[in-house]
Amino acid sequence: MQLARVTGTLVASVKADGLEGVKLLIVQPLDRHQRPEGSPVVAADGVHMAGPGELVYVVGAREASQALPNTFVPVDHAIVGIVDAVEELRSAARAEDRP
Amino acid sequence: MKIGRVVGTVVSTICSPVFEGRRLLLCDVLDSSGKPDGSYLICVDTVGSGAGEAVLILDEGNSARQVVGMSPAPIRAVVVGVVDQLTVDGELVL
Repeated sequence: MQLARVTGTLVASVKADGLEGVKLLIVQPLDRHQRPEGSPVVAADGVHMAGPGELVYVVGAREASQALPNTFVPVDHAIVGIVDAVEELRSAARAEDRP
Repeated sequence: MKIGRVVGTVVSTICSPVFEGRRLLLCDVLDSSGKPDGSYLICVDTVGSGAGEAVLILDEGNSARQVVGMSPAPIRAVVVGVVDQLTVDGELVL
């Protein structure tokens, strides 16, 4: 799973079977310092509550469809949680600084 | 499986049911020399690992669902072990 920022919404009236009623959002993947990394992707909203501007975490590949009510659908990224806080651990930072 | 280092935690109230009551760890992925390779994963903790520890990460859906005992579940990365020692080419890396 990776961090991402929701940057927009997408509406498609013609979709593959099983995707009716699935909310689609544009998300920008982030690195662990929450800086944009790579290209934006379209992700299905597995929590039904995410919206533009929110920090979320997304799951990729086959597991994405398992976030939706119908699990046999063509989806490759899904939002599976809204992030309240990311806490970087101090001792971990020190360990990282070690040569 | 991958080797990672726990560098943080992610707190999330609104999430898929599979993550409820589980600790989410922010882990840097390490290369074979024990240094961060630049990528990271948000993993579900199943072993009680802590800050700064080197851990064994499973990044595959079917096995992850088996570990958490829930299916279907949109889960992929799971911490399944704490690395005590890593030796590569006869050299102690971790």
